[in-house]
Amino acid sequence: MNVVLVDAGGTNIGSVRYALQRLGVDACLTSDADEIRSADKVILPGVGAAGPGMARLRELQLIDVIRSLSQPVLGVCLGMQLLCEHSEEGDTPCLGVIPAKVHRFEEAPGQCVPHMGWNRLSAVAAHPLLKQMNEGDWAYFVHSYAVPLGTYTLVSTDYGKGFSSVIGHRNFHGMQFHPERSASVGATLLKNFLEL
Amino acid sequence: MLSRRIIPCLDVRDGKVVKGVRFRDHVVMGEIVDLALRYRDEGADELVFYDITASPEGRSVDRAWVERVARVIDIPFCVAGGIRSVNEARDVLHAGADKISVNSPALERPELIDELAAAFGVQCVVVGIDSLRDADGEWRVRQYTGDPSKTRSLMRRTLDWVLEAQRRGAGEIVLNCMDSDGVRKGYDLEQLKEARAICRVPLIASGGAGAVEHFRDAFTDARVDGALAASVFHSGAIAVPDLKRYLQGQGVTVRL
Repeated sequence: MNVVLVDAGGTNIGSVRYALQRLGVDACLTSDADEIRSADKVILPGVGAAGPGMARLRELQLIDVIRSLSQPVLGVCLGMQLLCEHSEEGDTPCLGVIPAKVHRFEEAPGQCVPHMGWNRLSAVAAHPLLKQMNEGDWAYFVHSYAVPLGTYTLVSTDYGKGFSSVIGHRNFHGMQFHPERSASVGATLLKNFLEL
Repeated sequence: MLSRRIIPCLDVRDGKVVKGVRFRDHVVMGEIVDLALRYRDEGADELVFYDITASPEGRSVDRAWVERVARVIDIPFCVAGGIRSVNEARDVLHAGADKISVNSPALERPELIDELAAAFGVQCVVVGIDSLRDADGEWRVRQYTGDPSKTRSLMRRTLDWVLEAQRRGAGEIVLNCMDSDGVRKGYDLEQLKEARAICRVPLIASGGAGAVEHFRDAFTDARVDGALAASVFHSGAIAVPDLKRYLQGQGVTVRL
């Protein structure tokens, strides 16, 4: 299977790549439009801020390439947020392939931002990406911005209020947490994605 | 609901995990990857690796072992040790670390925190603070604690530094209470509570864990987000699964 990781400058690319290697898949890291178009699966990792993330995709001339993909695509963390329409972070227009908007978490007493640590997956939808997932499974999150609940929500997580921890629309999917750092739960999710 | 984190800390010297008492007299505890895997299997929520001699020796962390750890570990880990620039931080993050922690270099040049936050986002940037209570009752920051002959006392008050680090873009604070470090008498709850009151980002307790009750107190009294410990885990005095079951029984939310 030909899996590519879009090299948009995210710092978690290495970790995602190693996680795929542990599943027996050697993903290639690329910013080449043809390689991305011809891949079986495309993963958009990302750690950092929305503005620089989109700027980098624009510089690499990958905006329309990613928008036009028809194979399964997975955005991780910032990568998921970039798949949405707009991010409040730096008031950034994003790729717009998932009809969602990204908002900053509200700080509240006893509720730190960034939302950092292990939190539970709940209201898990019936979806091939979520095979063998159970209500209350733990995943590792590190983020200050989040996607509210909506029709695209496949899994929700509670932090003050509910937000989308997994989203999907057509062939595009996003995970707000880090499957590459979510122990066996994360490995199962990545395996499910590879089997879509 | 977010769980409270249990974080074994591995002090690294010359590519091996070592442990000292009150920051001195280090003995070798084992191989980095072996210990990392052991804690992952036991259910540790995160790991922290401190290259304890990097800063006093004026060098950055050795990225070879960071990459070895990243290949095998599927829980988050943070690396600390002499990271003085955005480029050095990028090397460590690209080698596979999830976060970088800065301590002495941030005291040398506080703008480093701003630069790291701008380059990678606040969620990658942990500021470690080594704090000791002075004779006048004030907690003040210490620098270069990895080498006792080079450790320096600073005039900077610990709580002032907690505020400044956050303002500059720290996404998490690890407060090493040196008075209690390695002596297993419990975390410094008084100091942690004062830090908690002014800390809006995740706060991690460090220094002094000796019994399961100490972890409970840090979570329930000082309301820290995570508790870091080394010797009690390395020695086997406390096993991570037992600790987590105990905490759950005490009403603390943990990942089991």
